Amino acid sequence: MRDTRFAQFAIFVNSAVPLTLLTWDWYHHHLGANPTEFATRTTGVLALLFLILSLAVTPLRKALGLPWMIKFRRLLGLYGFFYGCVHLLTYVWFDKFFGFAAIGEDIVKRPYITIGMASLVMMVPLALTSTQKSIKRLGGKRWNLLHRLAYVAAIGGVIHYYMLVKADTREPILFGVAVAVLLVYRLINKFAPRFTQRTPSRAQR
Amino acid sequence: MLIKNPEDIKSSEITDKDLYYNRRMFLRGAVLAGGAVATGYIYRFFTSHDEQSQAGEKIADVQTTPQTAVPAINEKPTSYEDFTHYNNFYEFSTDKLEVAGKANKFVTRPWTVAVEGLVQKPQVFDIDDLVKISPPEERIYRHRCVERWSMIVPWVGFPLSKLLDQVQPLSQAKYVAFETLADPKQMPNIRSDVLDWPYVEGLRLDEALHPLTILATGAYGESLPPQNGAPLKLVVPWKYGFKGLKSIVRIKLVEQQPPTTWNIAGPDEYGFYSNVNPNRDHPRWSQKVERRIGEFGVRDTLMFNGYGDQVAQLYAGMDLIKNF
Repeated sequence: MRDTRFAQFAIFVNSAVPLTLLTWDWYHHHLGANPTEFATRTTGVLALLFLILSLAVTPLRKALGLPWMIKFRRLLGLYGFFYGCVHLLTYVWFDKFFGFAAIGEDIVKRPYITIGMASLVMMVPLALTSTQKSIKRLGGKRWNLLHRLAYVAAIGGVIHYYMLVKADTREPILFGVAVAVLLVYRLINKFAPRFTQRTPSRAQR
Repeated sequence: MLIKNPEDIKSSEITDKDLYYNRRMFLRGAVLAGGAVATGYIYRFFTSHDEQSQAGEKIADVQTTPQTAVPAINEKPTSYEDFTHYNNFYEFSTDKLEVAGKANKFVTRPWTVAVEGLVQKPQVFDIDDLVKISPPEERIYRHRCVERWSMIVPWVGFPLSKLLDQVQPLSQAKYVAFETLADPKQMPNIRSDVLDWPYVEGLRLDEALHPLTILATGAYGESLPPQNGAPLKLVVPWKYGFKGLKSIVRIKLVEQQPPTTWNIAGPDEYGFYSNVNPNRDHPRWSQKVERRIGEFGVRDTLMFNGYGDQVAQLYAGMDLIKNF
């Protein structure tokens, strides 16, 4: 297998660029009239984006025949979780100022917050079991089953976004289409793998 | 392909180990830096906006002591920059930060406003005549958006009742219906179907005649820039901001309660009255608090946006949770 450490490092650095610029702009008062709204919206979109990127790794590496790309999946998924946590923090801190009664009320009464919160909570076990060690401890089959939750979290994230916008649903729908394409790929891969493999796998021969 | 045997390679041809690693380090550094810059550009591409804005023209002889009693607000007005670069005007864009740039070329002259329906003297006003109906007054109002943010705006305008006096509503007239321009040539987002265009709004006649209800032609002592509703915007300070429609082309006196755009888009979320009411949650968020633009924290939302003493009697005996 090719040495991917540098590529991983490059992805690590690049993935941090949006947060760096966001912090920089915030510090210099360049986030517009409502910095909290901007930061919450941007980190939310980034969480969803990285989650979808991590889910796109497997289809891409199979389509391109580049097995070593799998090394990027964990990193991208963890960044999705990380941006999700920053997203939550901007809401808990700058929107609710740690008013846990109001947050509790939101979680119970506002379905889009319930769903968003559930999607992020779902990613906690995924982040905790993202190490090689965990794969060994759980066994590949069980680990894979658990990590299908990433799809549930992505769908939840899209619904959360869709329910939050007032009238312009174009962006959440775009994210929804991306998740749908990845899901359809998975289904084809499961039931008709000859369409998704670039070269037939040796095991099947 | 020519593959040399190790013995064939002269020792002088072999790149020095330090040089090899230096070159590799340099290349990797360049890849990292270039990648980060490219990512930064992508981020900027998706998050930055054209910030140009039409300059307003100074309005002469603005009366700073209004003819009607307006409750004083002892707060600094929101910055002009925020007022002009954080706008909901869906005909241009659904992104509040993007409206100013998209509306930059909007043409507001010539402009006519038709005032019609159940009136004795229907009339089409040229905007330059309309603004002369009554002297411009400064009205410093709280502005509360249904999205939980608020501003303090020094509007310039005159009471809507002065315009209605000119056309003389008939006794059957019970409501006033308003309409915003819908020009796909000038308003790029009209081609999307995010809302039903043209944008329409309405008031009960007694609300329309209330002395706090004004037609704004300016703000901050200057004519309104397009993103804020030039050349004519309705301002009803005790209602959520979306009731105050922008760039008005038609005002019609009617007998039945007229349809309103956001109510059509979300009947359980946006009612006909849409009075600011901290006790009536938006289904998706609480309306108890708001963020004043320019402030870090949040503050309590006031019933009728703090204008209860002036307007509460309009709704005596009405259930304002049901009639939201």
